[in-house]
Amino acid sequence: MALLEVRDLSVVFRSRGHQRTGEQPVAAVDGVSFDVAPGQTVGLVGESGCGKSVTAMSIMGLLPKRGNQVTGSARFDGTELLSLSDRQMRDRRGRDLGMVFQDPLSSLNPVVPIGLQVTEVLERHQGTPRKQAAMEAAELLDKVGIPDPRRRLSEYPHQLSGGMRQRALIAIALACRPRLLIADEPTTALDVTIQAQILALLAELVRDTGTALIMITHDLGVVAGLCDEVNVLYAGRVVERAKRHDLFAAPRHPYTHGLLSSIPRLDSPRGERLVPIKGSVADNIPWQNGCAFAPRCPNAIDTCVEVTPEMAVDPLVSRRLLRCHNPVTATQREALT
Amino acid sequence: MTARTDKIDELAQRAAESDAGVSLAAAAWRRLRRNPVFLVGAGIVVLFVVLAILSPLLAAHDPADPMLGDQVVRARNEIPPPQPGHPLGGDQVGRDLLSRLLVGAQQTLLVGVLATLIGLAGGLVLGTLAGALSGWVDTVVMRAVDVMLSIPGLLLAVSIGALFAQPNQYTVILAVAIVQIPVFARLLRGSMLAQRHSDHVLAARALGVRQRAIVFRHMLPNSLGPVIVQATLVLAIAIIEAAGLSFLGLGNPDDRLPEWGQMLGQAQNVIDSHPQLAFWPAGCIIVVALGFTLVGESLREALDPKSRR
Amino acid sequence: MLRYTVRRLLQLVFVVLALSLLLFAWLRSLPGGPVSALLGERITPESRARLTAELGLDQPIFVQYFKFLGRAASGDFGVSTGVQPGDSAAAIFVQRFPATLELSVLAIVIAIAVGIPLGYLAARRRGGLLDNLSVVGSLIGVAVPVFFLAFVLKQVFAVELGWFPTTGRQEGGLDATRVTGFFVLDGLITREFDAAWDAVKHLILPAIALSSIPFSVIVRITRASVLDVLDEDFVRTAESKGLTTQVITRRHVLRNSMLPVVTTIGLQTGALLAGAVLTEKVFAFPGIGQALAIGFERRDYPVLLLLILSAAGVFVLVNLAVDLSYAVIDPRIRTGSGGGR
Repeated sequence: MALLEVRDLSVVFRSRGHQRTGEQPVAAVDGVSFDVAPGQTVGLVGESGCGKSVTAMSIMGLLPKRGNQVTGSARFDGTELLSLSDRQMRDRRGRDLGMVFQDPLSSLNPVVPIGLQVTEVLERHQGTPRKQAAMEAAELLDKVGIPDPRRRLSEYPHQLSGGMRQRALIAIALACRPRLLIADEPTTALDVTIQAQILALLAELVRDTGTALIMITHDLGVVAGLCDEVNVLYAGRVVERAKRHDLFAAPRHPYTHGLLSSIPRLDSPRGERLVPIKGSVADNIPWQNGCAFAPRCPNAIDTCVEVTPEMAVDPLVSRRLLRCHNPVTATQREALT
Repeated sequence: MTARTDKIDELAQRAAESDAGVSLAAAAWRRLRRNPVFLVGAGIVVLFVVLAILSPLLAAHDPADPMLGDQVVRARNEIPPPQPGHPLGGDQVGRDLLSRLLVGAQQTLLVGVLATLIGLAGGLVLGTLAGALSGWVDTVVMRAVDVMLSIPGLLLAVSIGALFAQPNQYTVILAVAIVQIPVFARLLRGSMLAQRHSDHVLAARALGVRQRAIVFRHMLPNSLGPVIVQATLVLAIAIIEAAGLSFLGLGNPDDRLPEWGQMLGQAQNVIDSHPQLAFWPAGCIIVVALGFTLVGESLREALDPKSRR
Repeated sequence: MLRYTVRRLLQLVFVVLALSLLLFAWLRSLPGGPVSALLGERITPESRARLTAELGLDQPIFVQYFKFLGRAASGDFGVSTGVQPGDSAAAIFVQRFPATLELSVLAIVIAIAVGIPLGYLAARRRGGLLDNLSVVGSLIGVAVPVFFLAFVLKQVFAVELGWFPTTGRQEGGLDATRVTGFFVLDGLITREFDAAWDAVKHLILPAIALSSIPFSVIVRITRASVLDVLDEDFVRTAESKGLTTQVITRRHVLRNSMLPVVTTIGLQTGALLAGAVLTEKVFAFPGIGQALAIGFERRDYPVLLLLILSAAGVFVLVNLAVDLSYAVIDPRIRTGSGGGR
């Protein structure tokens, strides 16, 4: 059974006074469904604004109540997270659900020592006395690869390097051994060499502790190294879901294909051209009128701007779900290379 | 002291960071037009200015004429009550209160505007000198400014006001104005320093534009935002501080042309028996000061690209 | 940190010296002068010349200044000619300073104790009724002349309702024992609680009037600062840890939003000192402010010089303390490095 079952999750932003201005509410997340099994690593991939972070925030209950309308369902181990009270959600966050954020410097409180930022979670959820919590915190810091952890406890975020800060954030998120960890672009703000270290650390921790991981990223390279299953999001909806190897071997949705062709690969033949996706999200059409990606899609046919595509099992490749009227074929992929 | 100076510098810095120019002004105006705070403030200010300009026409009586003097009974502490033709009654020597308030608008505006202009001009000279020339000029000017800033504003104004043997309208204006010079000077210098290393100034320098042209055509215009904001706030401060000077007996004793602060200051001796003599001018001062403050604060908001509130 | 403190203290010495020279030259050029003030109407050229020589006013101004500096170093700032003729300026300062300090401390305590929570709540309920009220209130608070507010408070709560005394520091009939010069403290030390309570009652109205401007500014700055901090990523991190609202508020939001508020509190001591001149006059409260008001009226140089100088000194000292307190609040300043390594 799945640890987390997200069904038809939607988040609608309502700007203040939208009724007066006649402004249409914007759906940042538009009926997203996916599962995460215990110990599994699932990727949510897409460009910025596709709704991947909002999805994570709504699962964590971190979206401001005002101006956001969350519908659908997110069941965690059988409990409906979306209907929990604020207090019940607070009890879960940090204990069952941990989260790691993008910018480690701004995500740590600059005026509170690292130690306290770790121990306060232990105190809150496990009632660990302060002294013992400090020992545990030092162990945690040691486990995420921070050297000389005892000394670090009394240091402040600005005294650590970027990579160390992200390790500290991971230690905080994992302090109470949550069963699900959500990592929102955890390597985007870091140097490339540090990125690899942090990814390796996450992979190791997930393997050792059996924690399920939702990896949110715009970077397919991150997905390639870490995820068991990948959900590609576009304009608030999942457009393709596949096992990692299937996806990289044969992307079927033109958007996924575009993402893959627009990043350089070491194994690609010399002289191969990078093909960027044309246009930008600003060209999107509403899902109600067809496929949001159609205006940017090289494969678009007339149906694409008339009929909304539904998520369906790929007729060619099983084990894969696809939301497309005219998927990329093997012949097309060959033609490009 | 440093905290205060830092605050001013920070404002200047922020303004310099914002890419000044037509687009910013246009964007600011767009934001302002929809801001109710600005609209209320601007409404008050416009009404006040129109009133001040038209007041000689609007006032039914000569503000200096004790036409109701026969109704003043000193022994019984009586002053003329409201009556036909004199809706607010008379003041402590029998002059028409409404006419005095109306004409007072003009004098009050004069005090506020002159004090702000003098403070601004002084600050402009000092701040531009320090900011543009740097080196020892900067050091000397800024040390002097720091010393002046270390005396609380009103206390400095009172000290200056007391310098003059015979206080009059202009000594009051000067006292209030001088206090504002260091504030403007610091604001301008900070803004210019922040710009000295900005791209557009470096570009102008690289193109061989002369120092004077850089200062006057590039650096000064870009410092205008915070200066305008500060000037609007100073208009309110000047009016309130002029009232404070009058209250301390350092105001303009010549009350043939009344000013609200002066009326309020003079009312202190009769406030127990005739509070209306204080309430009317005080109310006017509060509303007008509030108007300028609202405009100033909403301008600051609109011109600050970082503010979202 | 130590070097910084020493440098700031040297700066303070410079400011006070420069100020003393400035004020000295300034006050000497005040019209009328102390001789006229002392002799009043019955002035003859002979008596004027004699008194001028007696007071040393016939010597060149820089000679007067250096003589003054020398005497000042030993605590002698001259004799009052107007406020309390015959008393030494230093004695007047020592006698009146506790009164103003009591008043200012109560005023700033009121401003902080009400202003910071109000600013915080306004930010938390942004756009709500409380928020709008506090924003409007804080704007009006700055626009009301302090002495007018003092008048209104006195008229309503002292004269009409009779809840508080109208003037002074303490009822004369109480015959309270004096120990420190701080009447409230004296009452507590000597266990004359009626005297302490009476002194408090005398303080309340002037303190409220005096706190109006600092209060307004503190509300506004706290609100803006809390709004800034609430948007910060680390608050989201704290939420993601499931911490209680109480811990998030205290440890993560308030601590980070206090820096600009502390700066503001330091700056507002200037407004307090200036406001004291006006408020103390309204309530005939025998503090420094009232002495300054009378001093200006009667051209009492020695008293004016000492009092303005000490006001500036206090202002600069408080702001030095504020700068140093940054280090307590913000470890980035304490450990002397800005961003990352």
